[in-house]
Amino acid sequence: MSSLGRYWWVIVLGLLGLFILSGINTIPTLDQKVQAAWSQVENNYQRRMDLIPNLVETVKGYANFEKQTLTDVINARANATKVTLSTDQLSNPEAVEKFEQAQGALTSTLSRLMVVSERYPNLKANQNFLALQSQLEGTENRIAIARRDYIEAVQQYNTVVTTFPGRIWAWIYSARPKPTFKATEGADKAPTVKF
Amino acid sequence: MKRPLFTFFFLFVLLSSAWGALSFPTLSGRVVDDAGILSAASHQYLENNIATFEHQSGDQIVVVTLRSLEGTTIEDYGYQLGRFWGIGQKEQNNGVILIIAPREHKVRIEVGYGLEGVLTDAQSSNIIQSIILPSFRSNKMEEGVINGTNALISVLGGHTLSISPRPHSLNPSHVSSSSSLSLFSPLILFFIFFLRAFRGLSNPRRGYGSGIYFGSGFSGGGSSGGFSGGGGSFGGGGASGGW
Repeated sequence: MSSLGRYWWVIVLGLLGLFILSGINTIPTLDQKVQAAWSQVENNYQRRMDLIPNLVETVKGYANFEKQTLTDVINARANATKVTLSTDQLSNPEAVEKFEQAQGALTSTLSRLMVVSERYPNLKANQNFLALQSQLEGTENRIAIARRDYIEAVQQYNTVVTTFPGRIWAWIYSARPKPTFKATEGADKAPTVKF
Repeated sequence: MKRPLFTFFFLFVLLSSAWGALSFPTLSGRVVDDAGILSAASHQYLENNIATFEHQSGDQIVVVTLRSLEGTTIEDYGYQLGRFWGIGQKEQNNGVILIIAPREHKVRIEVGYGLEGVLTDAQSSNIIQSIILPSFRSNKMEEGVINGTNALISVLGGHTLSISPRPHSLNPSHVSSSSSLSLFSPLILFFIFFLRAFRGLSNPRRGYGSGIYFGSGFSGGGSSGGFSGGGGSFGGGGASGGW
């Protein structure tokens, strides 16, 4: 009889061990995924940033191109360069919001620049400009997709952190739900930049 | 008796909800002509061409014509289709999809992560603007698809197309789509020969793992059976256009 009692203890311990093993890596794994998705977002924003000096140079060469539009782009870029968001700050809603604002401002000044450039037929025939334009379109598309992937990764993470049994692990790891992007950009809006 | 059916239904619902509202055609081969705009001969020709290129480079190209974009943009549809099919090899993400949506009059070249450096957005845009769209605009769908695919193969093989602001057609416009096949063939044969001769000499990016094929159905020769994606992913590279 006493051997049977020991037998039950083994089962209980085994189940407990299984529970621990099954959940111990979930949150760190998902956290890594969120960070990887974030670096994709960041890369693509950086990629856009890198395109701008070239774009500005190309457009500048065209006499009487609207100075104000160019200045706006340059300023928005300078501002966006200052506002960075490290992976540690991803749980900080204010930092995320600030980053969003800076990049959003750059998005709107850039699309304004592209709209204005429609008025310059010579510019639109410029090879350099055409190449930059398609690269910018591609980059905006990449940004939209990277953002959607990021939102998805955060949702997965948040679901685990806020539901059982992930909640227990979240308490152990002191992991909190992460703020995500507003879905306004990219999710329902077409990623194409119509110039 | 009801159970298997119910399980099937449940799985179906689960799967369709997992992929959002979009449904994708079956990957029946390297050319998926869901819209039915290609003749049997062009279909076969494209299939052979792409298969040959894939054997030499490892890059996967798929040409797909869609019945409908299901209300979304071609950019949105394109990367999800690419991920769903997993075109390109898993480690290299070297897949390209030429997507044609005749109903919406949209065309897109979707480029996998691994090929974005060779087939840049600017190059993709150029293929669309100066090679594909002129044919499409004069209602020569097959010509546009074939010339576009050949241009893709050419650029992936290391050639650069110069960017032309004015759209121009590669072929004289009087070439009808049925006779165009016989016209292209020598050019293609030459091109394939060229590729075969020079592959390995250039292209440092293929330094390792150049010949990794997944599955067993890659026997080429035009047989479309058994073709499958290698698990490659897409991040929105490429370009689109409309006519």
